Amino acid sequence: MNRKEGLEMKSYNAGTYDVIVVGAGHAGVEAGLAAARMGAKTLMLTISLEGVAFMPCNPSVGGPAKGVVVREIDALGGEMGHNIDKTYIQMRMLNTRKGPAVRALRAQADKQLYQRAMKETIEETENLTLRQGMVDHLIVEEGVCKGVVVATGAAYYAKSVVLTTGVYLKGKIIIGELQYESGPNNMQASVKLSDHLKALGFDLVRFKTGTPPRVNGRTVDYSKTEIQPGDDAPLAFSYDTKEFIKDQIPCWLTYTNLETHKIIQENLDRSPIFSGAIVGTGPRYCPSIETKIVRFNDKNRHQLFLEPEGKATKEVYVDGLSTSMPEEVQRKMLATIPGLEHAEMMRPGYAIEYDAVVPTQLWPSLETKKISGLFTAGQINGTSGYEEAAGQGLMGGINAARKALGKEPLILDRSEAYIGVLIDDLVTKGTKEPYRLLTSRAEYRLLLRHDNADLRLTEIGHQIGLIPDERYERFLAKKHLIEQERQYFAVTTIKPSESVDALMKSKDAALLREPMKAEQLLKRPELSYQDVASLLPEHGSIPVEVGEQVEIQVKYEGYINKQLQQVEKMKRMEKKKIPQDLDYSKIDGIATEARQKLTDVRPISVGQASRVSGVNPSDIAILLVYLEEGKLARRTG
Amino acid sequence: MDYDTIAAISTPVGEGAISIVRLSGPDAISAADRLFQGSKSLSEVHSHTIHYGKIVDPQEGQSVEEVMVSVMRKPKTFTREDVVEINCHGGLTSVHRVLELVLDQNVRLAEPGEFTKRAFLNGRIDLSQAEAVMDLIRAKTDQAMNVAMSQMEGKLSILIRKLRDRLLEILAAVEVNIDYPEYDDAEVMTNNILHEKASEVRQQIDRILSTARQGKILREGLSTVIVGRPNVGKSSLLNQLVHESKAIVTNVPGTTRDVIEEYVNVRGVPLKLIDTAGIRETDDIVEKIGVTRSKELLQSAELILLLVNGNEKLTDEDRRLFQLIGKTPAIILLNKADLPLEASIDEVAQLAGERPVLKTSMINEKGLDELEKAIASLFFSQDVSTGAEAYVSNTRHIALLKQARSAINDALEAADQGLPVDMTQIDIKRTWDLLGEIVGDTVSDRLINELFSKFCLGK
Repeated sequence: MNRKEGLEMKSYNAGTYDVIVVGAGHAGVEAGLAAARMGAKTLMLTISLEGVAFMPCNPSVGGPAKGVVVREIDALGGEMGHNIDKTYIQMRMLNTRKGPAVRALRAQADKQLYQRAMKETIEETENLTLRQGMVDHLIVEEGVCKGVVVATGAAYYAKSVVLTTGVYLKGKIIIGELQYESGPNNMQASVKLSDHLKALGFDLVRFKTGTPPRVNGRTVDYSKTEIQPGDDAPLAFSYDTKEFIKDQIPCWLTYTNLETHKIIQENLDRSPIFSGAIVGTGPRYCPSIETKIVRFNDKNRHQLFLEPEGKATKEVYVDGLSTSMPEEVQRKMLATIPGLEHAEMMRPGYAIEYDAVVPTQLWPSLETKKISGLFTAGQINGTSGYEEAAGQGLMGGINAARKALGKEPLILDRSEAYIGVLIDDLVTKGTKEPYRLLTSRAEYRLLLRHDNADLRLTEIGHQIGLIPDERYERFLAKKHLIEQERQYFAVTTIKPSESVDALMKSKDAALLREPMKAEQLLKRPELSYQDVASLLPEHGSIPVEVGEQVEIQVKYEGYINKQLQQVEKMKRMEKKKIPQDLDYSKIDGIATEARQKLTDVRPISVGQASRVSGVNPSDIAILLVYLEEGKLARRTG
Repeated sequence: MDYDTIAAISTPVGEGAISIVRLSGPDAISAADRLFQGSKSLSEVHSHTIHYGKIVDPQEGQSVEEVMVSVMRKPKTFTREDVVEINCHGGLTSVHRVLELVLDQNVRLAEPGEFTKRAFLNGRIDLSQAEAVMDLIRAKTDQAMNVAMSQMEGKLSILIRKLRDRLLEILAAVEVNIDYPEYDDAEVMTNNILHEKASEVRQQIDRILSTARQGKILREGLSTVIVGRPNVGKSSLLNQLVHESKAIVTNVPGTTRDVIEEYVNVRGVPLKLIDTAGIRETDDIVEKIGVTRSKELLQSAELILLLVNGNEKLTDEDRRLFQLIGKTPAIILLNKADLPLEASIDEVAQLAGERPVLKTSMINEKGLDELEKAIASLFFSQDVSTGAEAYVSNTRHIALLKQARSAINDALEAADQGLPVDMTQIDIKRTWDLLGEIVGDTVSDRLINELFSKFCLGK
């Protein structure tokens, strides 16, 4: 898109909005939809309309932690859950043999359908304008963002702007010796905006991610692989979903072998990762196959999952084989893999480098500290993954709209949602590599379950205007039923009897000697809600999800209460707010490192301050005293 | 403001005959009441009254200490919270025992300066005092840091770190099962495996705690014997140490032996000085109490201070004393350095081997500083004492270890009950965190780092 030398682009006033969202990937679509649904007049700009909700990497949504995020998005009134429920080709529940806290849904998506469905939803949404256009710079006056200017010269004005640029900022694709400026999958990269952000004073980092080659499924010999079917049970991400897709498509499992590894070893000198051609930091949790082989050279094989990219395509994603080796080497690698010996490669894998904003420059609302009214969300904040992007996009959109409508930001804390954990980690600790959510990042994992996302967040979603009244009523009814059923279990006694004995024997459980409350009986690990309920007189039909809640709440009550106690402690510290203009250099006694970090991060609460790395409990004690002293001074002075 | 309940010894150790364990917070009265046996329950007594009774170990039913307990209900207290003060007079041993029992009642050990901090935060003291509070926190923190630093080098932290590494392995193995359920190269953690691994950890914690329970060093002091020929300056040394430290806590004539025990605090090392002063100075000590008895005394010692008269040639008796020391850590004092040196320094050095030899003069008070340094360095370099874990003497560490034990017990129980592994994991993680507080390791990224360095993850 080079303009003629010396010709000045004429800019024109193209309209005024409440919120402008730059980008229409997984963060952008949530941001735009949320803002519009909250009543803000919203413009969504994207480099290409073909890129709306595009999945340039794996064709799947969900998984541990990530799947819970999708549920949270749904409970808050976001779109990802709805959209994947309409477009999956396979759905599975993971970790079913473990506890409820770590169970998670994962869907294989039909990529094209996913995009189409999302685009349609956006197009049908009131208050929301979707338009093609590359944003080159922002309109910033005295530290306040007033709008954006598009390459065509269109200047749009708004009260809030959300940047969701994904990997487009100075994106560079690398395949062996080949390097070129590009967004994902040969989309056009965004160059000027990155320089503009730097000129505005933002710290940027260079990150890297990658994707594997795709092959034509017609040329795959599946007989040499293991089938991985979806679950038969009706499963859905959204609490709204009533219809389930029947004809699911399986995935397939195969492995690399020593032959594959040998080819990689022999060509390491051509690997951009090891030759130094790639400077961006890649994620440890999603390493390229060459990294796996170098770092874990004692492993004789690595798992590869063959994942169909959709129903109307033969393209198959070779999950596990992410690589930036030269195309020639990629083809040799593929030929060594059982089932792929004769597979036709349709696209090579590639690495992509991009600029991201150092996320400690953000408030927990995702608004930048430097420029008021400017928000960033998604991969631009150093994360990776569609779900992480969508969760941030939703919060960025909500807060951009709230800002435009003159309301306080919505901030979820670490005990309310994985989204809260994600954002708090980013803005408090920053990240040195593309950030991915893991269940182990959450200290209250047992509270942040996928089954109770609605109980945690629907209320908030309704309050901010994203959950319609009708859905809210249904939610309240469910909540009421759960409480009622718990109460019933707490007061109802089960007496020893033949039928009780029979059940206990069939479950390998100890026999009942004395009458026992239903609740106590349910605490036995061998017994499920259904088991205990079968011993009780009929008391109306109880929906499955209500029984599930009662079972989880009763069975794990001890652990849940322990975590709730910890949460209470944490919340006390979150409630102690720190003034935004606090001058840490004036506080005697705070260690130098802590002072520096606190000045950079500018935490909004003592709780957040305590999580900043390099800040010790003694620094927090001094901070507390200082804050209290200030209050006193104001009161008396 | 609503805080948790805290407790600490509120009189500096060794200063004054009475030590006070102070509790503050919403559960202060109920916690103290569970340990108190008197004519009335503490929950029923009037505010700002004092009561005579006993502190009883609720598990063993044993009376630990006779006490006077003051009960002060909020808001007219120092912290503006409920405050209980347990006045103990039985010295180091029992006041620490009382504190430990209090900390078993879901009460947390106060951080340095925390009572004052609460007083301030609850508006009890005014602005002009705020600076002083800051200084207090700062000073105490520095001190705590120094202590932490010296303990960092100690065996305890090595042990705890090893234990944490084991726990980290378990945690990472469970996490990898959870976050990468399809990853096939990690051992699937079953409750049986978890139980086995958690049992090993509990044994370790028990072992560390068992030495702490004996309270060997902190409560009884490092048992130290001063030996030497008559008139070599043993009593003077004892008096000097006692005088120097100004830390006489108790002075109990031995009941079974004719010895006197003095408790002194030498640069943070508590010593129980077992003096042979009860034995008449004029007699040959070895002859008098018999070889067996001397051996017994010397062998039970954890530190021996052997005095040799530098002003005289070495005698056979001196040489026999050197032999009797055996492998017990010892410091050799070549005393009477104010007088001309007559003893063969070469022979003393040869007899002393690797043990430090110091020239001292009790009359001129020379060499005492060096002696204190030598004792402190012996103690902190772990050469002294019989048990490797004897340094779990810090009340905070003991409290944390107990909490860690209770957490790992919860894990074992969860595994026994067949709860899902990710529940058991919660308790194991808590154990790991608690042990981390002992060594001051609060870096939270370690688990995730372990995950990615150990397993080849990611599709």
